[in-house]
Amino acid sequence: MKAQNPRSRTAIQHYQVDERTEKTLGRVLQIGVLSAGIIVFGAGIAYLVHHGGDAASFKNFQVQPQSLRSPLGIFRALTELRASSFIQLGLLVLIATPIVRVVLSAYSFARLRDFLYVLVTLIVLTVLAFGLISSR
Amino acid sequence: MPVQPYIDWPGRPIALKWATYENREVTEVNIAEFTGLTLVGGFAAGLVGSLTGLGGGVVIIPLLTLALGVDIRYAIGASLVSVIATSSGAAAAYVREGFTNLRVGMFLEIATTFGALAAALVASRVPVTAIAIVFGGVLILSALLSARRQEKTAISHKPDRLSRRLRMDSAYPNRQGRMISYRVRQIPGGFAVMFVAGMLSGLLGIGSGALKVLAMDLIMRLPLKVSTTTSNFMIGVTAAASAGVYLHRGYINPAVAMPVMLGVLAGSLLGARYLPRAHVRGLRLFFVAVILALGVEMIFNGATGGFR
Repeated sequence: MKAQNPRSRTAIQHYQVDERTEKTLGRVLQIGVLSAGIIVFGAGIAYLVHHGGDAASFKNFQVQPQSLRSPLGIFRALTELRASSFIQLGLLVLIATPIVRVVLSAYSFARLRDFLYVLVTLIVLTVLAFGLISSR
Repeated sequence: MPVQPYIDWPGRPIALKWATYENREVTEVNIAEFTGLTLVGGFAAGLVGSLTGLGGGVVIIPLLTLALGVDIRYAIGASLVSVIATSSGAAAAYVREGFTNLRVGMFLEIATTFGALAAALVASRVPVTAIAIVFGGVLILSALLSARRQEKTAISHKPDRLSRRLRMDSAYPNRQGRMISYRVRQIPGGFAVMFVAGMLSGLLGIGSGALKVLAMDLIMRLPLKVSTTTSNFMIGVTAAASAGVYLHRGYINPAVAMPVMLGVLAGSLLGARYLPRAHVRGLRLFFVAVILALGVEMIFNGATGGFR
């Protein structure tokens, strides 16, 4: 409708991301959410089998043990085969999913030689990484 | 002895009554029962949240704290996780249809992630009572915002210098598959509102989708389809920024987060599947009323020390 107007050419940039990356993006999100769901579901059943009869007392906040609080701690604790560690692993996969999406966006902007947005994406990634690594 | 003061409201679901009344103390609920109740509640929250576009986080926190007596910090951690699940699940459906404006989303992500991280870092120093009251205020605000979000915003065709320089103007396919072009306006204003939205998300563990859509609809004048999907993309990334901090703080309790995440995920996936066909005006109004009531109750309960 506005295509005749040469000044609006920028407005007709239909695809900001090339279609191939777009498809990959959708796939990554699906796989991320699905695998997180499966891990949490499986671990949840195991957790219920072991702890289903325990009293549910969540009204007093207690800091979780170190093994459930950091990515590294969670990975280390997996060898002990505790259900709660595997639930945290699934949640970690879930938290990583949007971050992977941002990484893929950076790649896609780079492919389009859109370096302004590569920079924008890297700033966002830095904040995300800081949030995940910061230990306070 | 009673553990925590409970306040009834007329439409309180029977299942919740069973959990909190009938001479049962909350501490008597075992993990299996708690998981079952939270699964059902999360499923309902996810379903209604995705049908109305309000997200599940705003319901799940009051449900956990007010009805099941969960500490608000565990509730925030679990809600944050479910927000990521909803957002990523829905994004997988949307992104391939070409609605999302990735440039607008990524640029505004700078504001939301900074806001979320900053708020998450100071959150432990904010008294729980204050968080509950702010949460109640946000609930009331988003209920009012979404009650009036009905009319279509006019698509802007006025060129904007900053938008052109940032190459944000774009187009999206309409129902017939034709590309509709649009321009983006008032980027600084949108950026500022997004920073606030990010802070609220980091402080309260919600997606603050209502505020994000407000910034993109009313201020930046993005078409509704574009603003909805772009905001959905941003919600997941924003939540991921503060999730790490909350994980380190020990707010993400596996026993609480597990049923919340699974329930909300299932509910929102089902909702997303039926979204195009559902007739939601009545449901939205009902939901708005529920959120309004929850907001008042959170403020009241917070002010009377119910979250100690």
